[in-house]
Amino acid sequence: MAEILLKNVEKYFGDNYIIRKLNLEIKRREFVVLLGPSGCGKTTTLRAIASLEDIDSGEIIIDGKPVQNMQAADRDIAFVFQLYALYPHLTAFENIAFPLKAMRESPEVVKQTVQAVAKALRIEDLLNKRPGALSGGDMQRVAIGRALVRRPKAILMDEPIGSLDAKLREDMRTELKRLHIENEATTVYVTHDQVEAMSMADRIAIMHEGVLQQVGTPEDVYNHPANLFVAQFIGSPIMNIVEGVARPDDGRTRMQLGEGYAELDYPAELHHKLVEERHSEDELAIGVRPEGVQVSRTHDQGFIPVEAHIIEPLGPYDIVDLKFGSKLVRARTPSGYVDKAGDVVYARFDEKQTHFFSTRTGESLHIRFEA
Amino acid sequence: MAAVTSKGQRLWNRMLVATVFVLVIVFLAPLYWISSTAFKPRSLATTVPPTVVFEPEITPFIKLFTRRVQMRGEVDPEVYEEAEWYEKRVLDAGERFIKDADGNIESSGYWSRFLNSIIIAVTSTFLAVAMGTLTAYGFSRFRMPGENDWLFFILSTRMLPPVVVAIPMFLMYRAVGLVDTHVGLIILYTAFNLSFSVWLMKGFIDEIPTEYEEAALVDGYTRMEAFFKIVVPQTATGVAATAVFCFITAWNEYAFALMMTNSKAQTAPPYIPSQLGSGITDWTVIASGTFLFLLPVAVFTFLLRKHLLRGVTFGAIRK
Repeated sequence: MAEILLKNVEKYFGDNYIIRKLNLEIKRREFVVLLGPSGCGKTTTLRAIASLEDIDSGEIIIDGKPVQNMQAADRDIAFVFQLYALYPHLTAFENIAFPLKAMRESPEVVKQTVQAVAKALRIEDLLNKRPGALSGGDMQRVAIGRALVRRPKAILMDEPIGSLDAKLREDMRTELKRLHIENEATTVYVTHDQVEAMSMADRIAIMHEGVLQQVGTPEDVYNHPANLFVAQFIGSPIMNIVEGVARPDDGRTRMQLGEGYAELDYPAELHHKLVEERHSEDELAIGVRPEGVQVSRTHDQGFIPVEAHIIEPLGPYDIVDLKFGSKLVRARTPSGYVDKAGDVVYARFDEKQTHFFSTRTGESLHIRFEA
Repeated sequence: MAAVTSKGQRLWNRMLVATVFVLVIVFLAPLYWISSTAFKPRSLATTVPPTVVFEPEITPFIKLFTRRVQMRGEVDPEVYEEAEWYEKRVLDAGERFIKDADGNIESSGYWSRFLNSIIIAVTSTFLAVAMGTLTAYGFSRFRMPGENDWLFFILSTRMLPPVVVAIPMFLMYRAVGLVDTHVGLIILYTAFNLSFSVWLMKGFIDEIPTEYEEAALVDGYTRMEAFFKIVVPQTATGVAATAVFCFITAWNEYAFALMMTNSKAQTAPPYIPSQLGSGITDWTVIASGTFLFLLPVAVFTFLLRKHLLRGVTFGAIRK
């Protein structure tokens, strides 16, 4: 199993700057997910690691060896494609055996290895079928078998379960995680689905418009988003972002939200920290996830009256759109907590769950009130 | 459906069927004429109106493969007694074989011409399809400067009738000694078919998702291995369809064959009509030569008919 290092990787398609000075280290046996919206360069990055795309500058280093000028065959890396790319004229067995034949293995070894892999993937009874006769899930199992069979240095997966239906996707997610743990294969996984990324990754690398935004564990990127893009990309429903103006006021910081009249209280040290950061007062955005919006039926200390606008009952909890002045903020409440749209309830932002960003750079100000 | 067809529609359907029937007859009549004439006695070949019912005989084919002369007077009964069955047929028709000093029957040129046709058509088809597939693969998978101009240039070689360049070609061939050689015609037919083969194969290869080859590349194969193990098997249909069209073109070509060859490398198309001139025209021999000449294309097309049909609807069923 290998470690992969990307150093200042750049890639252009014509005039389009697809990957911008990308630096990323993927450790041995690690499961790293490249996450981002479509067109962010994540798939191109993955294909560059596999040598399916040439890079314009920078280095790709596998196990300490620069490989950017090496053929795919010499990099010893397996690739799982979104649409499986099983060879239609070969049976499942022959598909899985295909990489072994490239290594000129003897027929007995091929047979044994393929059987073992098929057993791990629970597809032993499908080996004589051609891809055309298999379901989407089974095709992807065969494709994964083809990637695993050679015990490559690393496995690259490009949205491997993106075209399966929701139920099957969940099953395959668990299975891929199990296979990763069993095989200890260094894995780079591309997806645009943040739930997939959060549930499977050891570390997530979030990309946007060719720029790597943040790399970290799922907890890291969820709890400490580095900028506004990551904050709004991770989490569902997305984080509320409200522009605010902070003013010191008698042992606390008054936060005026948007252009409306809603004002919230924050500890006095917020203003000190903002001053320390030399941050101008009117370029502040505050972010709070729906679960960080506290809702009460009674007018408690620090809570302000807000009107419920839309209620989405989701079973275990409700998502309620609240009108903070002119801004709509989504809150997560116990189901049925807010009776109906139009009701007035009381709400505040939990300061421990509030993130502060600069609206000018989009970067996090790294000011947090820890519990 | 059938229950609700109106009277007008039924009439329309019948007219359609009748039209198709007439068309089939129009197209099959010449084929029938040639095939039937190939088995007719010489005396029935030119009757007016044409004889439709007759007792088929093999004599035209015996004549086709041998050299003969018209006999003056009756045949010697002793000679007739000793003759083999095929010789008797010829003697019955008032002709006799030309024999060499050892008494062997001299062969007409037909068989060697037929063999030439096979060698030249098969080789040029193979070359045109092989080179066309590789070229098409290159155009399909790699971006290169002026790609579309190159493709247009390749197509433009078909824009003027080939006969226009016949005389310059002949002069060039004479200068380099390619006149009346197999290689000469093979080069010519390969060149004719190549542009067609490139364009047709590019269409087929464009339909194959690149992921298949990419999968093979990361699975440890070289580009060439991926081409032969993945692309070629998947485009078998396209190869078959292209091969049939190239083969038919090369097999039927007449003008250049007539001009560029005269004996050693002559193909069947110019040879068959050349027999018109020797003595009194024997249409049954010409017809039998034509009949045999039709067979290989018919067999070849019949064997590949499944691929041809799939080839026509290729784009429709893949996605």
